Amino acid sequence: MSGIGIVAAQRAHFAQPLALKGGSVLPAFDLVYETYGTLNAARSNAILVCHALSGHHHVAGHTADNPNNVGWWDNIVGPGRPLDTDRFFIVGVNNLGGCHGSTGPASDNPATGKPWGADFPVVTVEDWVASQARLADHLGIDAWAAVMGGSLGGMQALQWTLSFPERIRHALVIAAAPKLSAENIAFNDVARQAILTDPDFHGGHFYEHGVRPLRGLRLARMLGHITYLSDDQMAEKFGRRLRTGAGSYGFDVEFEIESYLHYQGDKFAGVFDANTYLRMTKALDYFDPAQDYDGDLALAMKRARAKFFIAAFTTDWRFTPARSREIVHALVHNNQDVAYAEIACDHGHDSFLIDEPYYHSLVAAYLRRVVL
Amino acid sequence: MTHNNERADFDVIAGWVQPGERVLDLGCGDGSLLGRLIGERGARGYGVELEDAAVLAAVTKGINVIQGNIEQGLAGFDDGTFDHVVLSRTLQTVRHTENLLREMLRVGREAVVSFPNFAYWKNRMAVMSGRMPVSEDLPYEWFDTPNLRFFTILDFEALCEKMGLAIRERQVLDDAGQLVAEEQNFLGSLAVYRLGRPG
Repeated sequence: MSGIGIVAAQRAHFAQPLALKGGSVLPAFDLVYETYGTLNAARSNAILVCHALSGHHHVAGHTADNPNNVGWWDNIVGPGRPLDTDRFFIVGVNNLGGCHGSTGPASDNPATGKPWGADFPVVTVEDWVASQARLADHLGIDAWAAVMGGSLGGMQALQWTLSFPERIRHALVIAAAPKLSAENIAFNDVARQAILTDPDFHGGHFYEHGVRPLRGLRLARMLGHITYLSDDQMAEKFGRRLRTGAGSYGFDVEFEIESYLHYQGDKFAGVFDANTYLRMTKALDYFDPAQDYDGDLALAMKRARAKFFIAAFTTDWRFTPARSREIVHALVHNNQDVAYAEIACDHGHDSFLIDEPYYHSLVAAYLRRVVL
Repeated sequence: MTHNNERADFDVIAGWVQPGERVLDLGCGDGSLLGRLIGERGARGYGVELEDAAVLAAVTKGINVIQGNIEQGLAGFDDGTFDHVVLSRTLQTVRHTENLLREMLRVGREAVVSFPNFAYWKNRMAVMSGRMPVSEDLPYEWFDTPNLRFFTILDFEALCEKMGLAIRERQVLDDAGQLVAEEQNFLGSLAVYRLGRPG
């Protein structure tokens, strides 16, 4: 059950061109977003929630047409919840290049009148933050009380402190990393190759062929999903259990874990856009705020003015606690404000979405101190 | 843990911290000492704490707390980042004693260490009468104590000499929190030190 009840998406159109980090210019774009709670008169109580790879603007509440369509981070947003809608004005946005309503590869390219497809530019975390700043302008928000996100969403919160130091007072960076490791990029590459080599991909222009690269997208999601869970959790949840009593010595779905992954892959491929998936993983790969500072993260973080809350999860092997500590130590080096928690939770990288009492108590305690 | 003189060593430590100085408090608990150093002394500070409940309490107070295990050293903290690295009533719970002291003086200009003096006369009396001491500064029973090491002022100074650490100042308190000037290893229940690097 959602805490805030029925919510509805809104759409904002931005007619000013947006120059992207990759060199191209998006002539105009739309962002789809949801808001919860009320913006106060001083416009000082707004929190932006950034989504990760497969997320979107529907963060909390449920849609009018479907009470089961509950937002992806509903457990943390609502009256009395850590992101307390009685106190804060919460904004969820679908990122540029997404596939849930904001301008993306499936949108029509104004130059051709056909879907962008492969021609939609590769967008970066910096580009997302720049576009989110336009949304803040649109909503009349000079500075966010906080920007919060998990995983790729956490990277956006971090980037906010660098792109717009004066427009963010607190960054809550959960289960994130200051940049991907080679292993992280390797996983993303395998996921991309699954999509790129699917015969139905058609170089990214599959829309006009009336097909979708479902097999590739499904494989990409299955691979990703493995990396979001922990070994212990998988052992506990599935073990080596078979769907039927005995093995058939063939290649049908036999183990419960296979069944689960296939289900997750199918479900995801049914609703997600392959071109968006490619771009989300590229945004992850490219993120590296220290790149322009000879890899010196502390130097890169120096211009941040925000206070930080950083959390990592002990079983997260995709973005280990050591990766979060890199950010913490850069901030300590600079004498910047940071609180860091290392949370025992057995859900791997996906722990950031779990209603774990210690974790949620920390977020609530941190946000209660945010001055409005 | 509550006992009357919990903050007796805080008074001493606060007196050693100057406005604007950078402090790292190891095993900072709920951040009481840091809160005081920030509020009263105008210091800038971070705490390191392992226990969830204490980290949450510190976050609730707005303390810059970093969850982690000081037994694993202070990896990630750069050399010479802090003016003072504080270890209040914690050294006796630490397994890797020498490594931690070295790490404190790597990341800090000065180490501030307080610990219960096992040679305090009341502790000696307890052992003489056949029981392990339980006191203001050693408030646990033998079976539930977090303390791993029992040592005295003389023992600690012998270690400092062995490690070549410079003892810059020593303050010793009795179990009422009063400063002890003479016969400190006999009359002192809690010792507080400022240590500098070798050489």
